[in-house]
Amino acid sequence: MAAVSGSVLRRGGAVVARGVREQPRWFALAVFGSTVYGIMTGLMAWAIGWATREVLTPAAAARAVTPGQLWTMAAVITGIVTVNVLGIILRRTAAGFAMYALGAAYRRRVTRQYLDLPLRWHHKHPSGQLLSNANADVEATWNIFAPLPMALGVVVMLLFGAVQMVIVDPVLAAVGMVVFPLLFAANAVFQRRMSPRVTYAQRLRAEVSEVAHESFEAALVVKTMGREDLEARRFAEVTNRLRDANIAVGRTRGTFDPAIESIPTIGTLAVIGVGAWRASQGQVSAAEVVQIAYLFSVLAFPVRAFGWVLAELPRSVVGWERVDAVLQASGAMHYGDRDLPTRTSAAIHGEHLDYAYEIDLPDGGTAAAPAIRDVTLTVTAGSTVALVGPTGSGKSTLTGLLLRLVDPDSGAVLLDGLDLRSVRKGGIADVAALVPQQTFMFEDTVRDNVTLGARHTDEQVWEALRIAQAERFVLHLPRGLDTMVGERGANLSGGQRQRVALARAVIRRPQLLVLDDATSAVDPSVEQRILGALRGAAGGATVLVVAYRMATIALADEIAYLEGGRLVEHGTHEHLLERCPGYAALVSAYAREAADRAAVAVDEEATAGDSDEPV
Amino acid sequence: MSRFEPLADHSSIGAGVELSAWQTIRRGAQISPELIRGLAGTVMLGVLSTLGRVLVPFVIQRTVDEGILGAAGPDASRVALWVGVALAGVVVTALSSYAVNLRLFTASESGLATLRVQAFRHIHDLSMLTQSTERRGSLVSRVTSDVDTISMFVQFGGLMLVVSSGQILLATGLMLTYSPLLAGVVWACFIPLFFLIRRFQGMVGRAFTRVRERVGAMLGAISEAVVGAATIRAYGIEERTAARIDAAVEAHRREAVGAQIRAVVAFTAGQFVSGLTTAVVLVVGTILAARGELTVGAVLAFLFLVNLFTMPVQQATEILNEMQNAVAGWRRVIGIMDTPADVADPGERGVELPRGPIDVAFEKVSYAYPGGELVLHDVDLQIAPRSRIAVVGETGSGKSTLAKLLTRLMDPTHGRVLVDGVDLREVRFSSLRARVVLVPQEGFLFDANLLDNIRFGRPEASDDEVMLTLTELGLDEWVQGLPLGLATSVGQRGESLSAGERQLVAIARAYLADPDLLVLDEATSAVDPSLEVRLQRALDSLTRGRTSITIAHRLSTAEAADEVVVVDAGLIVERGPHRELVTAGGVYAALHESWAAQQATG
Repeated sequence: MAAVSGSVLRRGGAVVARGVREQPRWFALAVFGSTVYGIMTGLMAWAIGWATREVLTPAAAARAVTPGQLWTMAAVITGIVTVNVLGIILRRTAAGFAMYALGAAYRRRVTRQYLDLPLRWHHKHPSGQLLSNANADVEATWNIFAPLPMALGVVVMLLFGAVQMVIVDPVLAAVGMVVFPLLFAANAVFQRRMSPRVTYAQRLRAEVSEVAHESFEAALVVKTMGREDLEARRFAEVTNRLRDANIAVGRTRGTFDPAIESIPTIGTLAVIGVGAWRASQGQVSAAEVVQIAYLFSVLAFPVRAFGWVLAELPRSVVGWERVDAVLQASGAMHYGDRDLPTRTSAAIHGEHLDYAYEIDLPDGGTAAAPAIRDVTLTVTAGSTVALVGPTGSGKSTLTGLLLRLVDPDSGAVLLDGLDLRSVRKGGIADVAALVPQQTFMFEDTVRDNVTLGARHTDEQVWEALRIAQAERFVLHLPRGLDTMVGERGANLSGGQRQRVALARAVIRRPQLLVLDDATSAVDPSVEQRILGALRGAAGGATVLVVAYRMATIALADEIAYLEGGRLVEHGTHEHLLERCPGYAALVSAYAREAADRAAVAVDEEATAGDSDEPV
Repeated sequence: MSRFEPLADHSSIGAGVELSAWQTIRRGAQISPELIRGLAGTVMLGVLSTLGRVLVPFVIQRTVDEGILGAAGPDASRVALWVGVALAGVVVTALSSYAVNLRLFTASESGLATLRVQAFRHIHDLSMLTQSTERRGSLVSRVTSDVDTISMFVQFGGLMLVVSSGQILLATGLMLTYSPLLAGVVWACFIPLFFLIRRFQGMVGRAFTRVRERVGAMLGAISEAVVGAATIRAYGIEERTAARIDAAVEAHRREAVGAQIRAVVAFTAGQFVSGLTTAVVLVVGTILAARGELTVGAVLAFLFLVNLFTMPVQQATEILNEMQNAVAGWRRVIGIMDTPADVADPGERGVELPRGPIDVAFEKVSYAYPGGELVLHDVDLQIAPRSRIAVVGETGSGKSTLAKLLTRLMDPTHGRVLVDGVDLREVRFSSLRARVVLVPQEGFLFDANLLDNIRFGRPEASDDEVMLTLTELGLDEWVQGLPLGLATSVGQRGESLSAGERQLVAIARAYLADPDLLVLDEATSAVDPSLEVRLQRALDSLTRGRTSITIAHRLSTAEAADEVVVVDAGLIVERGPHRELVTAGGVYAALHESWAAQQATG
């Protein structure tokens, strides 16, 4: 444990050094303010001594005082107080600026990482945890900048005090020299004991947040299954662990706080005891003993700032480690500098693609679960290809690979002959658009959800909405295009969200349009209209569509049939019907079912007809 | 269709701003009784440690005044005695403040844990529409960071406030014994401060409320980068998302710095007044000393007492600032707890329905989303026990609204929904949820393995029962094809599975729950046709003898149902068996024609 806490001190120092390097000006100002505060606090002790000696005692002795004397005394003390207060304002304001600027800077960096890191990384990290990294952990890291400048000011104050003491009486100063190291030692032991407990509590705090986040996202399922009690128990369990951890922190703090608080008082008593003895020996004057005792009582409180810093240190270190884990996460996608050619349609070719998801094993390890195996697929420019396959056969994964949402484990994807990995950042999105199965809406207006910030006229937005068959419902929204869709589009129905997502793709006039079961939540007649409009509007773009419905498949020039992550067959509908039993079973399932039912119905009617009276 | 502007409506979540600070604390203590349990003992101990805190320095001052600066010169033995007394005082103070700390931590953490759990539970009790008026991230912050802001205050602040007040009183008493005039001077200096502090507090409190709001908005923006990761990459809008986050982060920073500056001003006002008071006391004291009304020793002792007075006053100012922050957080949590669950469980008073075949009736049911137009108009619908109903209609026709009313996710604006002749509003939730289960289009999966996710439908089910369910549904083959079978972890929100697979889990989960009425709302929309047909057949035979209602775009379901209900523009326009409706030449015939055309090969 000793090694751990030693390293907490060191690592905490590193965090502080980093913060100081990034906000040197504000930090320097805060320390300056704190120094002013330290000196002025020390001067105040001196000023009262001076006033007593030069004004109060003579006045009492002479039974008279001049207004000039009073004004001088008032001016000196008020001056010191004013400068002191200005120092405090400077210290705290500048510390606040440094702290919040650091917080904001690191929130930006962490979220940049979220935007840069590949989806593969996202899949491995709970979103509750990522939110906590960007919020609570960043805050915990830099909170130390609130008490830190004060602690540094106290160092100045102590030096000032130590010099005063040594000048007055080295023996009494020696008593002080015992007390302050004792105070440091007590603080160090305190911090050593606190560190693991605070770390644990911090981790639990994140866990509480994760459970709450997941549970609230699952609110509808919890409600429809009537599992509110179960969820409340799950939350109570982790909350109670946090409670116990916090109480353990409190017990440690409760043990050390009174001890640390009483050390300076004991020091004062020691000074008085020793001072009285030395004064009775005639080695110091009574006034000098009083001066040092006063100094102790002035210093007792500010010295605790060290305790605050040391208490914040473990939180800061833990927070930083969690933040740093995100910042250090590697595997960011690398981009080339090539531009894709601009034309009406793009050809896409996947060669020997392999892709496996990383799955967690119950023993804590991970294993690879192959989702795409050795797939080679060509979609010629301007053609429409339907990607068909059973549930879980890897269709969505393949669309993700073709648009470089993820990189294949092996193999390559070529768009118009260019390896996707050599294309500049944003280059693929310029020519290709994906409408995913699961739509994502930003908390923004309908217009911005369609344009995503690109410059399009309202006419173009309406045109895209028309093609996506969304025009009618958007017209009925309270503010039309300016209607806010709510968080994740909560104010829209699933089918409405899908159509807005479709308009989002269409408005970009992509050379390659990938539809991943993008119309699953709209009814067949609307889907028909969408497909019809798309065909008219696509302007010769290449279309890759994940589909189950015959009408969609019928639009395709070619069909690629995927099963178990492998491309089983590739060709025209007739060709696949003939060669591929899995495909035939899939696409004709509804028709066969209808036929079966019709046959059963005919049988039943025949039987009924036999027994019933003729009408 | 128009679920907009519900914020002004009764269903939105109150921020609790109307409660005053004191009312908030009282209400908070009511919610978390642990906070005040044993408080009397804690206060007593607190008073004891306060006595020590004031008396020890006082004894020190007396020692200095009489023992060292005494007329007869330093008296070492007398000082030793006083020092001994003071040491005993230090020990008592330390022990009692240890006890106070421990009691306070235990009480506050227990109280806050209760608050978290109750608020969490209440959020789940809120109606679906109320929940959707607030961002999920913001709901999370109500049970996490908002509660954290309270903890600092209830751990130290509350008692420190009591202790500080005690110290102020004690110091005032001592000051009066020295010089009533100077005591009056001290109070005269501080009275303007008290008024100033009240103003500052309002200012600081409002600033902290704005900070909390900014935190919520910032979390919302950050969560888009996390949850919308795929869309952001597909559209190459990293820059734009980053800009949105930056704006939210910067807005938060600015608001936080603003609140900090206000708090600093409020705090240093106390510091400044304390310093000025010292100057005034010194001046007035010197005048009194010059008139011979006070001795030098008395003036110095008084200066010392001023310190004992100003320290707690400053501490109290600081705590009051912290209290504003805590109260802002507390208000937000209480705001949630005091938001009525408008679709409420009748609880004990409610009707417990016996298990068995269920019949459903809609009586003149109308529904409008808050602030919106009617989406269902006077719907009358009888569903006989053991029947299998398909509800079809165009997107936005009101089908899903029917399902939500039937499962009491929402209550009708007019009319009644009855099960077995009982108004849904009178049925206990425990009974209703056991009998009626809805499978939505996007059934949420937890970050756990497949087994636990399916078991969510019936927590007491054994592994074998879960496996049996899957076998009965014909999904055993699919499960065996997964890398670790039932032990396969589904990832965040089930993202390791495809959308279709997630739907399979949701259906298995609902089937395991064994309801009398199963409502499937587009529950197989992402499943491949061949599997869907098999699943439908399995469900048909398994739910024979029960009632099922299926909402689907794929009309294969309608073909198989006993009866088809056609919804159009909020009205039931047709009803009857598939074969009759197909030939009737109405809305359904048109829908089906379009569907059949899609199925025609080539």
